[in-house]
Amino acid sequence: MKKYTFTEKKDTRSGFGAGLAELGKTNPNVIALCADLIGSLKMEAFIKECPDRFIQCGIAEANMMSVAAGLTIGGKIPFTGTFANFSTGRVYDQIRQSIAYSEKNVKICASHAGITLGEDGATHQILEDIGLMKMLPGMTVINTCDYNQTKAATIAIADYQGPVYLRFGRPVMPIFTDPDQKFEVGKAWMVNEGKDVTIVATGHLVWEAIKAGEQLEAMGIDAEIINIHTIKPLDSEAILKSVAKTRCIVSCEEHNRLGGLGDSIAQLLIQNDLVPMEYIAINDVFGESGTPADLMKKFGLDDLHIVEAAKKVIGRKG
Amino acid sequence: MNISDQEIKQLEDVASQVRRDIVRMVHSATCGHPGGSLGCTDYLVALYFKLMNRKPGFDMDGIGEDLFFLSNGHVSPLFYSILSRSGYFPTSEMPGFRKLGSILQGHPTTHVPGVRMASGSLGQGLSVAIGAALTKKYNNDPSIVFSLHGDGELQEGQNWEAALFAPHHKVDNLIACIDYNGQQIDGPTEKIMSLGNLKAKFEAFNWEVIEEPKGNDMRSVVEVILKAKALTGKGRPVCILLTTQMGYGIDFMMGSHKWHGVAPNDEQLALALAQLPETLGDY
Repeated sequence: MKKYTFTEKKDTRSGFGAGLAELGKTNPNVIALCADLIGSLKMEAFIKECPDRFIQCGIAEANMMSVAAGLTIGGKIPFTGTFANFSTGRVYDQIRQSIAYSEKNVKICASHAGITLGEDGATHQILEDIGLMKMLPGMTVINTCDYNQTKAATIAIADYQGPVYLRFGRPVMPIFTDPDQKFEVGKAWMVNEGKDVTIVATGHLVWEAIKAGEQLEAMGIDAEIINIHTIKPLDSEAILKSVAKTRCIVSCEEHNRLGGLGDSIAQLLIQNDLVPMEYIAINDVFGESGTPADLMKKFGLDDLHIVEAAKKVIGRKG
Repeated sequence: MNISDQEIKQLEDVASQVRRDIVRMVHSATCGHPGGSLGCTDYLVALYFKLMNRKPGFDMDGIGEDLFFLSNGHVSPLFYSILSRSGYFPTSEMPGFRKLGSILQGHPTTHVPGVRMASGSLGQGLSVAIGAALTKKYNNDPSIVFSLHGDGELQEGQNWEAALFAPHHKVDNLIACIDYNGQQIDGPTEKIMSLGNLKAKFEAFNWEVIEEPKGNDMRSVVEVILKAKALTGKGRPVCILLTTQMGYGIDFMMGSHKWHGVAPNDEQLALALAQLPETLGDY
């Protein structure tokens, strides 16, 4: 098992803030919009760098999304910032008609996604956003795993034509990816090569998968770990190549098991190479208040659950 | 700007042909929305054939030209006739309206030359127009952004988010016109969900508001647009409350919500066309 260490922990939303600030310096067409959550989205550095290219929208997300769509006409690249819940469910029709169907170059940047939003509870913990966004034709869906990857993705999507949903979160997490990485939309990252089981993870679950891989190694199981940061378009080749070798797979995501990354992988496997699969995901329930770590454990998203799923799926191999 | 009687007559002739196109398209599709389309015909004719600064051809970014956004997308037959008659695509596309394989979908899409935003799901166009107007400012482009909205559409809450936003951000290169016909699908607006005093509402939101009670009189329409243009660039967005009659131009369709979304049959089409001179040649 390849060794991953970290010296620092940060939230992925701070990676977004750092990437956005970088774009403030390098890309004059980038416009940032926010619905009264500047601090939560870490947009202060961008605003300091280029105050004229920041648009405060107030608590009115529907208007923000459609304003963003209009801003693209004339060449601007709007980045909207609010919580994932208010970036998707609340404004689905605006995104559907004015952004996706109209093929507008809007970057929907969503923080506080998933259960790890924590103490605010289920009203704010959206677990359906990946599904909502990936069902829209033409929408690219990205869920990043640490500070460095989020920063790199934020910078990369400015040069990627078309609507993008960029999903990140609130809790501090280990920083374990390369600070100088080049983020390639749609290209899986091979975290660890192995032969016994494929573990595909996205977002905060990537670190849990690495911890699980280390525990599996101690049990004599050689896990291949793949980070799918781009859920749509899915890197089908990387997944099929891996299962051709391991013959079983576990998908890991901080999302409802209905409609997320796991379902995309299941669809791929059904049509190409049917191998046993297990899901690490929220089991079609709403979340609740608690610390991110306690919630990950309670809802079955931590390393221990991934280890159990891996053992189970290996047992299902013919 | 002085507009001669002859110019007004020319615009009225265009409007007559556009109205023929509308009823013919809706008849051919056996569905669609003739009422509102006929009611705002004069406004769009005045814009596209006289008062908008448009560049030849179509470029999505529209830099250096005035832009128009249709928020009440169900008046698509009007929009398509206007776009076709002003050169964005051949009139031979019009028979395809609402039919399989045609670019002319039931509601406008960005696949149609001249259309910069899909609309149909109501209440989004004002925000979109504001966004495009802001980009004009970022680009130091002095052109104006126009938008058109149904009055019933103002029942959608997003309009009022946008109405707050535009004056706050001094979007003063925007002229939003409300097609004030007092009708919606289920009946008179006053009965379905009263809009109250719209002028006072927009003024309270810090907009410049102009009322035009004669929204189907071409000279009045031209003059109110000129007046609105003169109010741009003064720190506030501009709203025209344009009183129109749903179904205008065809006696049995006028002033009733019943023709909001109903197609005429063969006999009704003949009666309608008899009231509308063919001025530019039918498609």
